[in-house]
Amino acid sequence: MRTRTLELSVGAFVLLGLVALVFLAVQVSGVDVAGQQNAYTVTARFDDVAGLRTRAKVSMAGVTVGRVQDIQVDMEWGDAVVTLEIFGEPGNLTSDTSARILTEGILGARYVSLLPGADEETLAQGDEISDTQGALVLENLIGEFLTNIGK
Amino acid sequence: MIDLLLQNLRLLGHSVLNFVSSLGRASVMWAHAMTWCPSWDEVGLLVRQIYNVGFLSLIIIVLSAFSIGAVLALQFYTQLARFGAQEAVGLGLALVLLRELGPVVTALLFAGRAGSALTAEIGLMKTTEQLSSMEMMGVDPLRRVVAPRIWAGLISVPILTLIFNMVAIYGGVVVAIDWLGADPGGFWSGMQDVVRLWEDLGKGMLKSFVFALLVTWVAVFQGYDAPPTAEGMAMATTRTVVISSVLILASDFLLTLVMYGDF
Repeated sequence: MRTRTLELSVGAFVLLGLVALVFLAVQVSGVDVAGQQNAYTVTARFDDVAGLRTRAKVSMAGVTVGRVQDIQVDMEWGDAVVTLEIFGEPGNLTSDTSARILTEGILGARYVSLLPGADEETLAQGDEISDTQGALVLENLIGEFLTNIGK
Repeated sequence: MIDLLLQNLRLLGHSVLNFVSSLGRASVMWAHAMTWCPSWDEVGLLVRQIYNVGFLSLIIIVLSAFSIGAVLALQFYTQLARFGAQEAVGLGLALVLLRELGPVVTALLFAGRAGSALTAEIGLMKTTEQLSSMEMMGVDPLRRVVAPRIWAGLISVPILTLIFNMVAIYGGVVVAIDWLGADPGGFWSGMQDVVRLWEDLGKGMLKSFVFALLVTWVAVFQGYDAPPTAEGMAMATTRTVVISSVLILASDFLLTLVMYGDF
C-alpha cells in the first residue's frame, strides 16, 4: 500500500511535468500543433539590409507570409543575398513580385515587405526576386539632407 | 624564519594535494554513479528518491513560482502602463521566466532542499564507515545509495523547472489579467509571437539540466570530503548550499553568454 502511494505520487509528478511542457510549448511558445506548414524558399538581393535579422517576418499587405531564413553577403557584387522562407506551396507569388525592407514603427525591427505584381508566371523554389529596394538608413538620409542644405 | 616559511609552504601543499585527491575521488564516484542503469528491481529505489526530492519539493516550488510570477507581473505592469504597453507584460514575463528565473530559482531551491540532504547522507555513511562495510558485504554503495539520488535529481530538476514556469506564468495571468485588467488577447498573442520553442524553452531546460549536474556533483563531493565530526558535517551541508548557489549563478552567466550572446 505504501509503495503504491509512492508510485502514484511520482506518476502524478511526472504527469504534471508533461502537462507543464505541453502548456509551455502550445500556449506560451505558440507552436502550431497541426504541424509545420509547407514552405519554400526564394532569394532576393538588396544593396543594404541594415539590421535585418534572420527570423524577421516577411509580410504582404501587413500579413505575415514567411520568415527570413538566411542573410549572406556577396563579396563579388557587394550586396546582400537574403533567403526568404515563404509559407504555402510554390505558385502563390507572381514572378514580378517586388521586395522592400521596411521598419516597424520608427525604431522597430526591420522586416521584408512583398508587393505582388501582375505577371502570369509564378516564383518557384529557389527563384530570385529581382525587383528589390534596400533599407532606408537614417544616417544616409541625414547626410544627404545636410549636403543639400549646404548648397 | 626560513623554517616557518617552509612549514607554511608544506601545509599549503598538503592541503592543495588533499583537495585535489578528494576532488578526484568524488569525481570518480560521481562518474561511476552516472553510468548506473537501474535493473528492474532497482527501479523502486529511483522512484522512492524521485518522490523524496521531486514530489515533496512541489509545495515550495509551486508557492515560490506563484509569488514570483505575480510580483513580476505587478512590476512589469506598473512600468509598462506608463507607455500604454500593458500587453507586453505577457512576453516580458514569459521570456524572463523561461530563460532565467525558472531554471535558476528552481535550482537554488533544489540545492537548499535536496542537495544538503545528499551531502549529509553521504557524509554520515562515510563517517560511520557504512560505505566500507557495504563494500565488505559485496553491495556497491554507489549503486545502492548514491546513484539513485543523483539520477532522481537529474530527472526531478527539469520537471520542477517546467512546473515552476507554468505556475509562475499562471501567477502573472492572475495579477495582470484578472486583477489589473490587461487584455488577454494581446497578452497571449504577444507572448506567442516572441517566445520560441528551442530558443527560449529548450535552452532554459538545458540550463536547468546543467544546474542539476552541478548541484548533485557539489553535494556528493562535500559529503565525501566532510571531516568525520558533527561540526564537519554541519559545515559540509552549509558549504553544499553556498557553493552550489554560487556555481549556479556563475554558470548561469556563462551559459547565457554562450547561448544568447549575439556577437
